[in-house]
Amino acid sequence: MYDFAYHKPTSVADAVKILSADPDARPISGGQTLLPALKHRLNKPTAVVDLSGIAELKGVKRQGDKLVIGALTKHMDVANSPEVQAAIPALAQLASGIGDIQVRNRGTIGGSVANNDPAADYPAAVLALDATVVTDKRRIAADDFFQGMFTTALEPGELLIAVEFPIPEKAGYAKMRNPASRYVMAGAFVAKTKSGIRVVINGAGPGVFRQADMEKALTANWSADSVGAVKQSADGLNGDIHGSAEYRAHLVTVMAKRAVTAAG
Amino acid sequence: MPQVTLTVNGKTSTVEVEGRTLLVELLREKLRLTGTHVGCDTSQCGACVVHVDGDSVKSCTMLALQADGATVTTIEGLAKPDGTLHPMQEAFREYHALQCGFCTPGMVMSAIDLVQKHPQGLSEKEIREGLEGNLCRCTGYHNIVKAIAAAQDVMHGRRSELQPAAE
Ligand SMILES: Cc1cc2nc3c(=O)[nH]c(=O)nc-3n(C[C@H](O)[C@H](O)[C@H](O)COP(=O)(O)OP(=O)(O)OC[C@H]3O[C@@H](n4cnc5c(N)ncnc54)[C@H](O)[C@@H]3O)c2cc1C
Ligand code: FES
Ligand code: FES
Repeated sequence: MYDFAYHKPTSVADAVKILSADPDARPISGGQTLLPALKHRLNKPTAVVDLSGIAELKGVKRQGDKLVIGALTKHMDVANSPEVQAAIPALAQLASGIGDIQVRNRGTIGGSVANNDPAADYPAAVLALDATVVTDKRRIAADDFFQGMFTTALEPGELLIAVEFPIPEKAGYAKMRNPASRYVMAGAFVAKTKSGIRVVINGAGPGVFRQADMEKALTANWSADSVGAVKQSADGLNGDIHGSAEYRAHLVTVMAKRAVTAAG
Repeated sequence: MPQVTLTVNGKTSTVEVEGRTLLVELLREKLRLTGTHVGCDTSQCGACVVHVDGDSVKSCTMLALQADGATVTTIEGLAKPDGTLHPMQEAFREYHALQCGFCTPGMVMSAIDLVQKHPQGLSEKEIREGLEGNLCRCTGYHNIVKAIAAAQDVMHGRRSELQPAAE
């Protein structure tokens, strides 16, 4: 790892000030993605800005028909949160299945959503639940936030502050994990929300995406069999040593069926 | 150079580090606590697991500066000053839960956190799932799982002594 300066601001305003003064400074939350990337020298920041001292970024709040989760909330704390378990059990279950205990003890929702790894878990929930990403500058609808592999609507230096999840009528998540890395090979998050039925696929493609045919099928008939009749095309899906695009396409339908069954 | 002040195994130290110094480097190279191992350095094997403020973390994937003000426990901090082993260490010995021993410090630290967070007790399946962040190239895991199952009874006070391994 190349060396860098280290800052630990205690407010969002101070963090933003440091980041906007130095375009080569990077925020660090749990470091479970950034530090492995820095060790590979994929990146050479002049400074890292540790967000962990900013109390306003931590914690889960129920606000009317929404759950607001601060960017710095760890996967383990989302998994164990009684508010999340009561309002959106599928989200608590998703958080409890990220990586391993040690990753969940450090990794945060803000880091995961900002990173938008195609094989990550949280982006699927954010998109399927029609959540809003709140930054220091603006509010971004999930449909506009995720823009393909490792790409989001965040501008350089813009900080993710919180994610607001409208509470769905029901939701379910199922994934097939890569047995070695534990990241998602293919997963499906299904939700009955105020804005309609949403089906999001992660792991299989270059980024999370909504599966329109499955949304149509579930709108007509909410059942595992109805979504199970929809075939996912392998065009554009990821193929690698862990599985071909055709295998992932097959998994997508299997995971969508399981997600509907889990949602009930 | 920046400084970190942290309490490791009950002893508070202030150490000069670089921005990029990892917690595991501080422990091994500055404090000479070489019981914490580096197996992969890619955040996957868990040989480097220590407790930071009561939670198990991979010390190769945390900056030393991120541990400023923290309370850290490493494998060296488990046994009593008179040398009496922690029940988890004793169980690893009794159940032959190690061969080369390289993964063992991390396994023991992960196992203790897992057991402490589950006072109601863990099934064999839950123990196996709880060890997902720790890799062992030697044992095939079975004896590690048995050791943790036996140690939890002692740690939670359900048995006063470790159940001996079957002959
Ligand atoms: C062994 C292992 C297994 C894993 N398995 C999984 C898995 O199964 N599923 C999964 O989803 N993830 C997995 N992860 C990734 C893990 O969930 C990460 O914690 C997560 O992707 C990033 O969160 P972080 O808080 O660690 O972010 P960091 O590593 O601190 O940051 C990640 C990126 O986001 C930026 N960033 C951080 N916080 C903010 C913010 N508030 N605003 C703007 N930008 C920000 C950083 O600059 C950096 O570019 C795994 C990681 C490891 C090491
Ligand atoms: S050395 Fe830290 S996880 Fe392998
Ligand atoms: S005992 Fe050798 S790696 Fe586990």
